[in-house]
Amino acid sequence: MDFILHLINGISLGSIYAIIALGYTMVYGIAKMLNFAHGDVIMVGGYISFVVTANLGLPPAVAIVAAVAVCTALGVIIEKLAYKPLRAAPSLAVLITAIGVSYFLQNAALLIWSSNPKSYSSMFSFEPLRLFNNRLSITSVTIVTVVTGIVVMAALTLIISKTKMGKAMRAVSEDKDAAQLMGIGVNKTISITFAIGSGLAAIAGVLLASAYPIIMPTMGSMPGIKAFTAAVFGGIGSVPGAMLGGILLGVIEIIGRAYISSELSDAIVFSVLIIVLLVKPTGLLGKKINEKV
Amino acid sequence: MSKMVPVPSAGIIPERDLNSSPILEISHLGITFGGLVAVEDFNLVIGRTEISGLIGPNGAGKTTVFNLLTKVYQQTKGAILLDGVDTKGMTTVQVNQLGIARTFQNIRLFSSLTVEDNVKIGLHNQYKYDTLSGILRLPPYWKAEKQAKERVRELLSIFNMEHMAKYKAGSLPYGAQRRLEIVRALATNPSLLLLDEPAAGMNPSETEELMANIRKIRDAFQIAILLIEHDMSLVMGICEGIAVLNYGKIIAKGTPEEIQSNPEVIEAYLGKQKEDGSDA
Repeated sequence: MDFILHLINGISLGSIYAIIALGYTMVYGIAKMLNFAHGDVIMVGGYISFVVTANLGLPPAVAIVAAVAVCTALGVIIEKLAYKPLRAAPSLAVLITAIGVSYFLQNAALLIWSSNPKSYSSMFSFEPLRLFNNRLSITSVTIVTVVTGIVVMAALTLIISKTKMGKAMRAVSEDKDAAQLMGIGVNKTISITFAIGSGLAAIAGVLLASAYPIIMPTMGSMPGIKAFTAAVFGGIGSVPGAMLGGILLGVIEIIGRAYISSELSDAIVFSVLIIVLLVKPTGLLGKKINEKV
Repeated sequence: MSKMVPVPSAGIIPERDLNSSPILEISHLGITFGGLVAVEDFNLVIGRTEISGLIGPNGAGKTTVFNLLTKVYQQTKGAILLDGVDTKGMTTVQVNQLGIARTFQNIRLFSSLTVEDNVKIGLHNQYKYDTLSGILRLPPYWKAEKQAKERVRELLSIFNMEHMAKYKAGSLPYGAQRRLEIVRALATNPSLLLLDEPAAGMNPSETEELMANIRKIRDAFQIAILLIEHDMSLVMGICEGIAVLNYGKIIAKGTPEEIQSNPEVIEAYLGKQKEDGSDA
């Protein structure tokens, strides 16, 4: 029974990683950059939902919508101000800028909300689900997280494979110049990608803060790094890869913490990543990179 | 083929296109990269339904002209008028919407996408539904997607490729990939289609078929086609007007017959004959 509970918790944590990893992988696939500020957008999402419920006293639904709206706008603004001017710059310059944006967001949060951790009351407070004569109790946050994870992944898969916007995104990801010559606006497509990724980060922020009810300005960095790892694990640039990588990473982390060592759980996660990359350098579902001749 | 007649802006267009203004008028077009002059004083007029050719030795600047037309590069001199509109300062997307579509010398399909999706990407600006309908799959989404799908079938039928709709573009044979690139370009609804070496890598029978298809496309869509090609049988066989480029400059313009007998063209292709008879 314990094992099932750990597995469910692992899938729940993994769903959060997957939602964050989707943002990393989509931005990488389309803009060919690693947006290391992505983790801090999670933090902003957490704080916005906190402010709306705790300070303004509005219901959780409003808080979630506000967090998603603010983060979506924030993502688009970050891209316009920080990354767009560097579209033609070497990738190292963009990477360093992303780290700069990350610190900027953390310090802005420090200024506004101070460094004191704040206790966050879960956005989802219905009764836990009890199964097998109370031997298995699944918390409301876990249920919501897993369901949200499934909905987000299904919706995103549909958008990317079936809609016009998704096709434009895949076209830009594959060949920016050819896409432009087909009349697809690359800047617009990149903006949309950042908007979707950052909106998802806000959702992840709310879920994360509800599950681990403390928020502080640096709360986004560790999940950000884990989710980046998940994206690499699954094959960066691949949407199904990010989903698979996220969920596996969450499960490995929780199972490792429960049965091997709670101190070593992160080490176990990264060891698995290293082993996978040694065997399959492009990640689990990553595509082989064809050199253009 | 209709007779070629001179027009005021120093060029020739088919007689049948005389009653409407030319689709493309290029005057004194030039671009320099650093100190290197890639294209200089390039003048060309293309009639509304004309098939014309741009030929010249390797490195003459032919693809650069295409890149200038599609705004991959911005010209440093001169003007390009598409249907009377000056495209100076426009973006690639804007000139595409204005009516220029192209294919590439080295095929650039979205190779991990299906044939159908490749063509749909070409249709991107032709069908519309709002994002919400797309995400929630509301009726406007289904209606637009259905229309797009039908249009894709119609376009693919030009080359009898409907049965390939679900294949991955990258898995098609080479000739089919070249044909798909033309279909994808046509999907953007151009008034001027630029073909960069459409017959490259094709065998003689495929080239023969391609020639027939280029004519068919011109007749069906009533558009102008400008092509870069090294295959002289194709160029001489279907082009009504030909411009010859060498070292970034036009060295000759005229009908296929005029070009074939032009001494400067022969020299550009074969080298100058020295007095002692050896190659320069």
